[in-house]
Amino acid sequence: MKTIVKYVMLDLLKNKIILAYTVVLLIISFGVFNMDENATKGVLSLMNLSLIFIPLVSIIFSTIYVYNSSEFLELLVAQPIKRKMLWLSIFTGLTLSLSVAFLVGIGIPVLLYEPSLTGLMLICTGLFLSVIFTAIALFASVRTRDKAKGIGLSVLIWFFFTLIYDSLVLLVLFQFSEYPLEKPMIVMSMLNPVDLSRILMLLKLDISALMGYTGAVFHEFFGSFAGSILSFVMLTIWAIVPLWFSVRMFERKDL
Amino acid sequence: MIIASNVTKSFGKLKALDNVSVTCNKGQTIALIGPNGSGKTTLIKTILGMVVPDSGFITFDQHNILHDWKYRERIGYMPQIGRYPENMTIAHVIGMMKDIRKDAVSLDDDLIHAFGLKAMENKKMRTLSGGTVQKVSASLAFLFSPDVLILDEPTAGLDPVAAEILKTKISKEKERGRLILITSHILSELDDLVSEIIYMQDGKLQFHKSMEQLQEDTGHVRLAQAIAHIMKSQ
Amino acid sequence: MKYGFAILLLFISFLSFSRAIAVGGGKKYTSVKKAILEAKEGDTILLHPGVYRESPLVIQKAITLIGVNYPVLDGQKKYEILTIRSNNVVVEGILFRNSGRSSYLDIAALRIADARYVTIKNNRFEFSFFGIYSQHATSCIIQGNELRSDAKDEINSANGIHCWKSDSMQITGNRITGHRDGIYFEFVTHSLIRDNYSFQNVRYGLHFMFSNNDRYEGNTFRDNGAGVAVMYSNHIDMHRNTFADNWGSAAYGILLKDISDGVISGNRFLNNSVAIMMEGSSRMKMTGNLFSKNGWAMKVQANCMDNLISGNNFIANSFDVATNGDLVLSRFEKNYWDKYEGYDLNRNGIGDVPYRPVSLYAMITERNPPSMMLYRSFMASLIDKVEKIIPVLTPVELRDNEPMMKPVKL
Repeated sequence: MKTIVKYVMLDLLKNKIILAYTVVLLIISFGVFNMDENATKGVLSLMNLSLIFIPLVSIIFSTIYVYNSSEFLELLVAQPIKRKMLWLSIFTGLTLSLSVAFLVGIGIPVLLYEPSLTGLMLICTGLFLSVIFTAIALFASVRTRDKAKGIGLSVLIWFFFTLIYDSLVLLVLFQFSEYPLEKPMIVMSMLNPVDLSRILMLLKLDISALMGYTGAVFHEFFGSFAGSILSFVMLTIWAIVPLWFSVRMFERKDL
Repeated sequence: MIIASNVTKSFGKLKALDNVSVTCNKGQTIALIGPNGSGKTTLIKTILGMVVPDSGFITFDQHNILHDWKYRERIGYMPQIGRYPENMTIAHVIGMMKDIRKDAVSLDDDLIHAFGLKAMENKKMRTLSGGTVQKVSASLAFLFSPDVLILDEPTAGLDPVAAEILKTKISKEKERGRLILITSHILSELDDLVSEIIYMQDGKLQFHKSMEQLQEDTGHVRLAQAIAHIMKSQ
Repeated sequence: MKYGFAILLLFISFLSFSRAIAVGGGKKYTSVKKAILEAKEGDTILLHPGVYRESPLVIQKAITLIGVNYPVLDGQKKYEILTIRSNNVVVEGILFRNSGRSSYLDIAALRIADARYVTIKNNRFEFSFFGIYSQHATSCIIQGNELRSDAKDEINSANGIHCWKSDSMQITGNRITGHRDGIYFEFVTHSLIRDNYSFQNVRYGLHFMFSNNDRYEGNTFRDNGAGVAVMYSNHIDMHRNTFADNWGSAAYGILLKDISDGVISGNRFLNNSVAIMMEGSSRMKMTGNLFSKNGWAMKVQANCMDNLISGNNFIANSFDVATNGDLVLSRFEKNYWDKYEGYDLNRNGIGDVPYRPVSLYAMITERNPPSMMLYRSFMASLIDKVEKIIPVLTPVELRDNEPMMKPVKL
C-alpha cells in the first residue's frame, strides 16, 4: 500500500492543479488577512471559502483524477495487488495532497494571523471537508463509467450539499414553524457534512447570537463535550461511509 | 493451469461472454482469435480478475481466483492500450512496477534493452508515441519472468523491428515452458509460435483446437487461411 | 464633592473628641451590642477579630464601627445583622455573614434607613439576602465592599446593593456577585455608580427603575443572567462601562425600556447575546461605543424615536441591527461597520454609498429562531446579497448614510 501511495503522491505533487490550488489558497488567505485589521473577519471569509470552495475543488479534482488514472488503475489491477489496497491508496494519495494543499494554503496563514480555537476549528473542519469530499468523489466516480457523467454527478452532489439541502431545511423550518424543531434540526445538520462543519464554526463565531434563543438546545448539544465528540465522529462517518461503499463497488467493478 | 468454467458476463444487454469454458495448460501458446467484439479481451480480463464474471468461475492452479490476488504475481500482462500516469518517466514506471512486485524472484530486462528504453528512460509518459508506450507495456509484461504471459494485441502499433524483437522474445519464453495467451486478429507473424487456437464469436467459444487439429480440419497450413476458411463456412 | 468635603470635616472633628472603644476577647467589651449602647456620639468602636452572634444590631447615633482584620458579624440566617438609623455613621472592615432570609420581609445584612452621610467602606458580605439596603438615605457612600452570595434563582434571592428612594448616593469600587440584581435602584436620584464590578448575578448586574439624573461609569457588568436593565428613567448617563458575556434569550448588555434623554458613550459591549435592546426609548445619544462579537449589536423596536447612534464601532457582531417594524425614527450616522462593503472614491474616510445594518437573514431568524442554524450558509449569504441589492423586506429608512471606512478612534 505504501508503495502505491508513494507513486500516487509523486504523481499528484507534480500535478500543476494541486500546486495552483495551494498557491491560490495562499494568496487568498494572506490577502484576506492583510486587507482587514480584524482577524475574525478574515477567519469568516476563509470559513466561507472552506465551506464552498474546498468541497468543490476536492470533489471535482478527485473525480477527474480518478477518471484520468483509469488506465493506471487498469495497469495496477492486473498486478498482484489487492484491489481494496489500490483504491485506498488512491484515496490516501488524494486526501494527503489535498490536505497538504489546504494546510499550506489556509492552515499556515490562519495559524499565523489567528491562532485561536476558532482558527483551529477552521483548519479542522476544512481538513475534514477535503477528506469527506474526496471520499464522495471516489464514490461518484466508481459508480459511473462515463467521465462527463461522473463529473456531473460530483458537481450535483456538491451543489446539493452546499445549497439545495439548506434550502430544503429552510423550507421545512417555515412549513413546520409551529413545532419544536430544535432537535430535528440537530439531526438534519448531522446529515450534511457542510452544515455540520459550518455549525461547528458558528459555535465559535456566533456563540453570542446562538445563546440568544430560548431553545439553547444547539449550544447544549454541540457545545457539550459529548456533542462535539459526536460531531467529529459524524464527520468521520461522513468520510468513511462513502469510502467504504466506493471500495465495495470498486472491488466488483469491471475494468 | 487456468480453467474457466461456464463463464458468463454481460455488459447491459450485450453478452460479452456466454457460457465460456476453456482449459489452458502449461507450455501451451494459445492464440485467442475472433472478430472485433467477440469477447477476447473480456475473457482475458476475467482471467486477470479485472472483470468479475456474472456466473461461472475461473481457477488458477486449482484455486478460484475470486477474492484472490496473489496469483497475479505469476502473470505478466500486456494490455491492448497501455496508458500510464502522465507525469511519470519510463524509469519511474518501471521502478514502480519493480517496487510493487518486490517478491519477484528473477528480473528479466531483455526487452528493455532490446527496445532501447534505457536511452530514453527519463522521458515522461505523455510525450511518448503509441508504439513506444507499447514497448513499455511489453517490457513490463516480461519483466518478472512470469509463468503466464497474457498479451492483448501485442504487435498492434509496433514497428516491424520491434514486432520482430517481441516475437523472438515470445518464442524464447515458449521454449521455457510458459503458458502464453495472445489475442490478435492479424496473426500471420505469430503463426509459427502458436500451438493452440481458441476461436470466439459473439461471446461464445466456437472451438478450442490444437494447431495440428485445425490444419487437419481445414486443410490450410497457414493460420490466417484456416481462420478465413472457418469464417466463410459459417 | 461638596458632601464628601463635609463628611471629611465632620470626621476630623469627631476624631478629635472621640474615644475608642475596643470590643473583643480580653478587651473591655466582649459584646458589640453593649459597646454600641455605651458609645457616645463620635466614638469609635474597634471590633477585634472574632465571630459575634448578636444580631440584630441597631446604631442610632453617629459612631464609627471599624473592624480589625475582618471580625465576623453573623446573622445566623435569622436576623438583619445591622441597621443604621443615624446620620454620619461609618462602618468599615467588617465581614457580615449569613443574614436572615425571608420571603415576605426585605431582610438585609446592613440597612441604612432614613440617614445621611453614612459611609459603608471595605466591608465584606457573605451569604446575604439583601446585602446593603438603603432606604430614604441621602449622600451616603458605599465603597470598596465585596458582596458574595449564593443565589440560585430569582425568587429565593435578593439584591446586592439595593437603594430605594435615596438621593446623592455614591456607590464605588464594589464587587458584587451571586445576588439577584447586583445593584438595584428604585426612585434614586442624583447618584453615582462608579468602578464597580458586578458579575454572575442571577438577574441583572445593574437594575434601574424610576430613577432619574443618575450617572454610572467605569463599571464592568459581566455574565449576569440578564445583563443591565435601565427602565422608566430619564437623564441617565452611562459612560465607559463594560458589558460583557451576557448570554441568553433575554440577556442584554443593556435593556433600555421607556427611558429618555440619556447618554451612552465610550462603553464597550463584548460577547453579549444582544448588546443594546431598545424599547420605547427616545432622545438617547449613543456615541463612541464599541460593539464587538455580540449576537446582535442593537435591537431597536419600532416604538423608539429620535435616538442618535453616531461614531460607534461595530465589529464582528453576528448581526448589527435588528428591528421589528418598518418604521425607523432613529438616526444612524458616521459609525464604523465592519460588514460595510462600499467604497470611498473621494478619500474623505466616509463611504460613498449608505450602509444598511439590518440584514434580511436577521429578520428571518427573528421570525423563525431555529433558522439561525443556517446562518452563514451559502444560501443565507445569497439571500442577504440579493436583499442588499434590491431591498424588499428590510426597512429602507434604516441606514447609515455616512459609514466610516476605518474604525472610529475611541
